[in-house]
Amino acid sequence: MRITVTVNGEQCTRDVEPRLLLVHFLRDELGLTGTHWGCDTSNCGVCTVWLDGTPVKSCTVLAVMADGHEVSTVEGLAHGAELDPVQQGFVACHGLQCGFCTPGMMMTARWLLDHNADPSEEDIREAVSGQMCRCTGYENIVRSIRWAAEHGGGARTTDTATEPAPAREEEVRA
Amino acid sequence: MTTTHERPVGFGRMARKEDARFVRGHGTYVDDVRLPGMLHGAILRSPLAHARIVSIDTSAAEAHPKVKAVITGETLAGLGLAWMPTLSYDTEAVLATDKVRFQGQEVAFVVAEDRYAARDALELIDVEYEPLPAVVDARRALDPDAPLIRDDKDHQTDNHIFDWSAGDEERTDAVFEAADVVVEQDMLYPRVHPAPLETCGTVADMDAITGKLTVWSTTQAPHAHRTIYAMVAGIPEHKIRIISPDIGGGFGNKVGIYPGYVCAVVGSIVTGKPVKWVEDRSENLMSTSFARDYHMHGGIAATNDGKILGLRVQVTADHGAFNATAQPTKFPAGFFGVFTGSYDLSAAHCAVTGVYTNKAPGGVAYACSFRVTEAVYLVERMVDLLADRLGTDPAELRMRNLLRPEQFPYHTQTGWEYDSGDYPRALRQAMDIAHYEDLRREQAEKRERGELMGIGVSFFTEAVGAGPRKHMDILGLGMADGAELRVHPTGKAVLRISVQSQGQGHETTFAQIVSEELGIPAEDVEVVHGDTDQTPFGLGTYGSRSTPVSGAATAMVARKVRERAKIVASAMLEVSPDDLEWEKGRWHVAGDPDQGRNMTEIALAAHSDLELPEGVEGQLDATCVYNPPNLTFPFGAYICVADVDPDTGVVKVRRFVAVDDCGNRINPTIVEGQVHGGLADGLGMALMQVIAFDEEGNCLGGSFMDYLLPTSVECPSWELGETVTPSPHHPIGAKGIGESATVGSPAAVVNAVVDALKPLGVHHVDMPLTPAAVWRAAQGRPLRTDLAIT
Amino acid sequence: MQVPAAFQYERAASLEQAIELLTRYGPEARVVAGGHSLLPMMKLRLAQPEALIDINGLGELALIRVDGHDLAVGAMVRHAELLASPVVGEHFPILRDAERVIADPLVRNRGTVGGSLCQADPSEDLSAAFSALRATLVAQGPGGRRTIGIRDFFLGPYETALNDAELLVEIRVPIRSHASAYRKVERRVGDWAVVAAGAVLEISGGVVTEAGIGLTAVGAPRFVAEGAEDFLRGRRPDEDVFAEAGRIASQECRPTADQRGPVDYKRHLAGELTTRALRTAAARAQGQEA
Repeated sequence: MRITVTVNGEQCTRDVEPRLLLVHFLRDELGLTGTHWGCDTSNCGVCTVWLDGTPVKSCTVLAVMADGHEVSTVEGLAHGAELDPVQQGFVACHGLQCGFCTPGMMMTARWLLDHNADPSEEDIREAVSGQMCRCTGYENIVRSIRWAAEHGGGARTTDTATEPAPAREEEVRA
Repeated sequence: MTTTHERPVGFGRMARKEDARFVRGHGTYVDDVRLPGMLHGAILRSPLAHARIVSIDTSAAEAHPKVKAVITGETLAGLGLAWMPTLSYDTEAVLATDKVRFQGQEVAFVVAEDRYAARDALELIDVEYEPLPAVVDARRALDPDAPLIRDDKDHQTDNHIFDWSAGDEERTDAVFEAADVVVEQDMLYPRVHPAPLETCGTVADMDAITGKLTVWSTTQAPHAHRTIYAMVAGIPEHKIRIISPDIGGGFGNKVGIYPGYVCAVVGSIVTGKPVKWVEDRSENLMSTSFARDYHMHGGIAATNDGKILGLRVQVTADHGAFNATAQPTKFPAGFFGVFTGSYDLSAAHCAVTGVYTNKAPGGVAYACSFRVTEAVYLVERMVDLLADRLGTDPAELRMRNLLRPEQFPYHTQTGWEYDSGDYPRALRQAMDIAHYEDLRREQAEKRERGELMGIGVSFFTEAVGAGPRKHMDILGLGMADGAELRVHPTGKAVLRISVQSQGQGHETTFAQIVSEELGIPAEDVEVVHGDTDQTPFGLGTYGSRSTPVSGAATAMVARKVRERAKIVASAMLEVSPDDLEWEKGRWHVAGDPDQGRNMTEIALAAHSDLELPEGVEGQLDATCVYNPPNLTFPFGAYICVADVDPDTGVVKVRRFVAVDDCGNRINPTIVEGQVHGGLADGLGMALMQVIAFDEEGNCLGGSFMDYLLPTSVECPSWELGETVTPSPHHPIGAKGIGESATVGSPAAVVNAVVDALKPLGVHHVDMPLTPAAVWRAAQGRPLRTDLAIT
Repeated sequence: MQVPAAFQYERAASLEQAIELLTRYGPEARVVAGGHSLLPMMKLRLAQPEALIDINGLGELALIRVDGHDLAVGAMVRHAELLASPVVGEHFPILRDAERVIADPLVRNRGTVGGSLCQADPSEDLSAAFSALRATLVAQGPGGRRTIGIRDFFLGPYETALNDAELLVEIRVPIRSHASAYRKVERRVGDWAVVAAGAVLEISGGVVTEAGIGLTAVGAPRFVAEGAEDFLRGRRPDEDVFAEAGRIASQECRPTADQRGPVDYKRHLAGELTTRALRTAAARAQGQEA
């Protein structure tokens, strides 16, 4: 089946089997190996990418479901040579060790800061609670995201910097 | 938070050099390796824990249009590869030929054009099994009627593997006999799995023309793997190159060689193409190295006023179907002999019996420093049980019995020489950070109201940096490590080390060691590791041995270079080397600091036409092999505060204080990161992680839905402290930190929960402390956590 | 990693087309929405449908509406959307409570309300919560629309009253003056419930006029504790009554042992959590957040 997915702003068209998982589409078809996989059961979250601006576990999305949609991955996080404040925060606060969960963690962190420019420690822990890290005990991940919030990281996409809640109570797409 | 933007020369906080690639998603893990024409392998595994293989029909799989080869035990037997040696001089089936001996055992290997087709083809293989009764409970493995698991071994008539003991049994029994108080307790350290987020895998590429085999592999010990491949497969060792690229966490899981690696190699030989095999999560949890599975009966003897006199313990060690435990040959129970812990005892004795069961093989993995984890858990639970019996505060009891600084180097009752320590200082600091007295007051108030709050203390002595070659080897390979350092003409350097990083930050810390010794910026030192063609021989990264062994090798090789630089500088300055003095980064004439040459100048001169003394070669490089004179003994004091809901059994760890002493700290930020991770590990093992089995031997922890790892929500914000007691025998006084927190923390968590449950008359609960286990313990009907709950 | 077996993939452009596809493929077809129950089962090859019918494009099923006196939740509403919805938070704290503990934030971004109900997993949270609320499900099939009371919807584990070519389109709950809460014990955040209980209370003149008790993971018939509900009606909402209701609920369920816990523990929890949910609901009825 022929699909076209906009990945990090670039349209990518490939012929794929319907059963191809989005994570494999990104890694094997597009060579974007920054997105990892770590389990088969949607638990670990190392495969986290954005689908239409929302973080999802790409091991549990079929590539064909992303046809006509937008996907963002860690490879699109930096602004050219300049690292995103989230990336800077992870470096500054030793928010990673083996680096395997890091891309997924940073994608969620970026989303969190887009929607909550000043998250509390509890907000951060809740936001990444579906993603596992075996190295850091989460301490420095929390600090990295706080660092990003304190260093201009909360203001990247001002137009979406609102609560992820529906604006109206009636007849809204919540 | 101290951020890491400082750029010290030598030791200190600095941002990691490796992070630049990782935060951009540009790390290269094994599954990121893609070679032209590469094929994909998948393994068919046994659904049964114990069964005779009647027949295997691979014809339908072979007929699959995308399948290139199907390999069975029979294929391998023809090549002499059906069995391979384990790291403990046992044998292990690569692909089963006669029987399957655990659920998840490797039965057949399919090579196909892509991973989806390889997986599909597994469904097409038809295996007929004749089921046999399984041995699941280690405590029953030696029963006379227990089924014989290893009938492949000549002379094996039961499921016994080894007996090992340490200490003086007679004297210990006498001490127990005479003691005022003796407390005994059965306890289980259940089977857990390291579960790095990257599973194990390999890309094997046999070049038929050159005969060179290149293997990209998730290995913590690339050099040892190369040697073993050479021994097993008969490929000349110089024709094997093992590359351990970026590794997504190891924790001991990636020390051994797994059948899948060998299958990928055979697959590449058979097809003439590169073959990638990467296990899925269930394969990782069900078949690769587990840890612990120690069934212990402990005893502690003391006087009425709380002087601890003796410790003894009997262990039944479940090693699974093949004794594949990775530990020094003379230590079948690892370093469990340090179970005497941090206390001054009159006598101690332990006896360990290893048994086969129908479970996955392995036996030591998972940040445990060769079974120090089990040992620390045992002694720290026993001390708490004693405190409970005596009605003494557990911190107070420990303070009274800890080794005193003047007793070091301390010779334990089981033959270890602890290098250095100031234990009371560490415990005091932990109590200060925790506000221990306030916590006890709060607890008393809560108990009045019927609320359950617990404070758990543990004190541990680690034993790391294996080890002295005279005593320690794995499969006959001595546990020394090499280092090679070359300073380029412009003063930049390349360091080649034998240990390999799985996230510990070697590219940064090892550069900092060179930086400290030579006075050049760490940024100017490239660290090469994880490639056997490019690095000196050594046994790899596990047992917290990188800094103690390879870090020492690095310091020593840098000092050799420094000495060479001295000779070059003396030639440049036209003075005798004896007249030179070292200041960081520079040799100068003693008493005349202006007369000197820095390392950049010296490096260029070393490569120039400068005339050097007779017998002194030009250039600026050196090699070193470091054979540690002793282990190093990091230690620490941990305090955990937990609240327990008596009506649901839910445990919330509210605070965790960890004071670690790992000697001198190369990069404190990285040290703290290691501690954080280990604490989460320990908390996970204490609260939720377990690989249990039902009575048929079905693995009940075969996915992340069933094998729970802690998340950001269960982990408290870790509160760290530190003391620094350098190791006297280590070149830079460092002791290693990788596993300290994993070793020390489970006992603190369990002690806290048991302390919380004390008003209910609970004295012990086996890990993991799931809500069900805690509630049942509170009911006086404890659960057996390693078996299916019925 | 594990990968699914091959299947036919169809993307429904409309509700009618989805039903047409379901009719055409028959019982071997599965509807996929968020896919967070189905795809993992397919990867582990515990499910091998011949065809998948993707309804992610059906925007009309993705609305949360107030329709007359009803809250209407489209089957394609994602868990995160239900959690974030102010109208849901205001009138149905039981749903907000439940959504906060369903899986994890990323799974909630993708998984759908309808998918959770149609999966009929015996440990599913929304099944208990909506059952406590006595929701009405709207299904559409080749013959048109019909409504099914949620207490007639769950026939057993993984089994619902939907016919082969029928699609759940909407879940409706009357908005009325009631208080509610949901309480769950899990081994770890993100895990399936060891046990969870939801309570809905309508209180008038100092007595309980209607009660809903939902239970999950304990084998409660149709996810509810009817005996406890019967007991509560007409009684004063006080601690003794809630304790007794919990006791009755614990006797009504039929838990089975697994690695989450033995039977006695689960039965105990069913009672304890029922009582706690009732207590919280009653406190909320008094305007206290608990």
